[in-house]
Amino acid sequence: MSIWEYANPKKFMGWTAPVLPYAFGLAALCLIVGLVWGFFFTPDDYRQGSTVKIIYLHVPAALMAINAWIMMLVASLIWVVRRHHVSALAARAAAPVGLTMTLIALFTGAIWGQPMWGTYWAWDPRLTSFLILFLFYLGYIALWEAIEDPDTAADLTSVLCMVGSIFAILSRYAVNFWNQGLHQGASLSLDKEENVSDVFWQPLVICIAGFVLLFIGLVLLRTRTEIRARRIRALEARARRA
Amino acid sequence: MIALLLRDLRLAVRAGGGFGLGLAFFLIVVVLVPLGVGPQTELLSRIAPGILWVASLLAALLSLDRIFALDFEDGSLGLLATSPLPLEGAALAKALAHWITTGLPLTLAAPALGFLLSLAPEAYKYLLLSLLLGTPALSMIGTFGAALTVGLRRGGLLLSLLVLPLYVPTLIFGAEAVRRGADGLDPTGALILLGMITAGSFAVLPFVTAATLRINLR
Repeated sequence: MSIWEYANPKKFMGWTAPVLPYAFGLAALCLIVGLVWGFFFTPDDYRQGSTVKIIYLHVPAALMAINAWIMMLVASLIWVVRRHHVSALAARAAAPVGLTMTLIALFTGAIWGQPMWGTYWAWDPRLTSFLILFLFYLGYIALWEAIEDPDTAADLTSVLCMVGSIFAILSRYAVNFWNQGLHQGASLSLDKEENVSDVFWQPLVICIAGFVLLFIGLVLLRTRTEIRARRIRALEARARRA
Repeated sequence: MIALLLRDLRLAVRAGGGFGLGLAFFLIVVVLVPLGVGPQTELLSRIAPGILWVASLLAALLSLDRIFALDFEDGSLGLLATSPLPLEGAALAKALAHWITTGLPLTLAAPALGFLLSLAPEAYKYLLLSLLLGTPALSMIGTFGAALTVGLRRGGLLLSLLVLPLYVPTLIFGAEAVRRGADGLDPTGALILLGMITAGSFAVLPFVTAATLRINLR
């Protein structure tokens, strides 16, 4: 019994079915608790006023936007090395979720930026690299949609994901070349003394947990859909031949 | 490999538009910008490095889909894959041929167009140097993109969507080097990073491109 057996499509369908309600239930619980706590029971920041509360959407979404790409990269590597079909489908399933997270991060950032920086958009390194990440997601999804043969599509998108990761990291540091922009530094690092204050920190962690669970739930659900879609296609092909 | 390189060059020249088309496109883009933003000299000279780099990027993009498409259609790509020359070498030769037909003429023509945009006089040598260092990377990355989309019937638009994000670091470092040169700052750092991207692309991407082609030929 190895961990890889869970990647068998039938087993995957088996164990994800009972996991899904828990993932979504816990995600809903965390998000409701975290957002309500964050929006109604934390004090206003002394300089930013109530706009600080957008952190409960912005930071988790931004975090998941990057983590979704990393998850796609890992899934692509597993596909290339071990050729588990579920892995390729999981990478495919994660892409639109990651795209949505990127959009949420960009939009909430823009809404916050208007009163705080006086502009919706600035060509700041962090903002720019997120826009580039958005373009990478678009290209990845478009390539999946464009290729008909599923195995070829899985192979080519994995290659794109791997090469794209390298260039995404390069772009991330290339934009640093301009200047240090408007965006503040990390507010939640484990190794730094000065973090965001505890009042904001506790609901934020709950929100992040909620976003992680939501992401897991959505990816599992979408992967199940992909597996079912592929089964239908196989059945149709068999029916045509018979 | 050299034979393949020469063949591609001959095809580009004799089919017409190999050298000329990309160059003409480059010229048109550069001419359109002052028409769009107005003819103030100081504004133009400020944006000239960026315009020249973006224009050469688009001109390189224009001829990418021809790298593999014709060979794929008439089956010579399959022959190349079974020939004694490793497919990695073929990918490298294709990228070099693309660079000689687009990147090199663009580099040579860029100073003349910089004149049109009233680029700062100190920046010319950095413009030449940065394009010389950067355009090979554009060709190599583009060859990889072309290999990704070779099996698609209408891959042109998708190709640009895939390749342009990959061009971002090259563009940033290239334009930055010229801008620093124009401002009288030291552009060495940007040039080194640009050369690093080119060297890295040529070290890794021929293998990736060959793997991609094998997937598509399966």
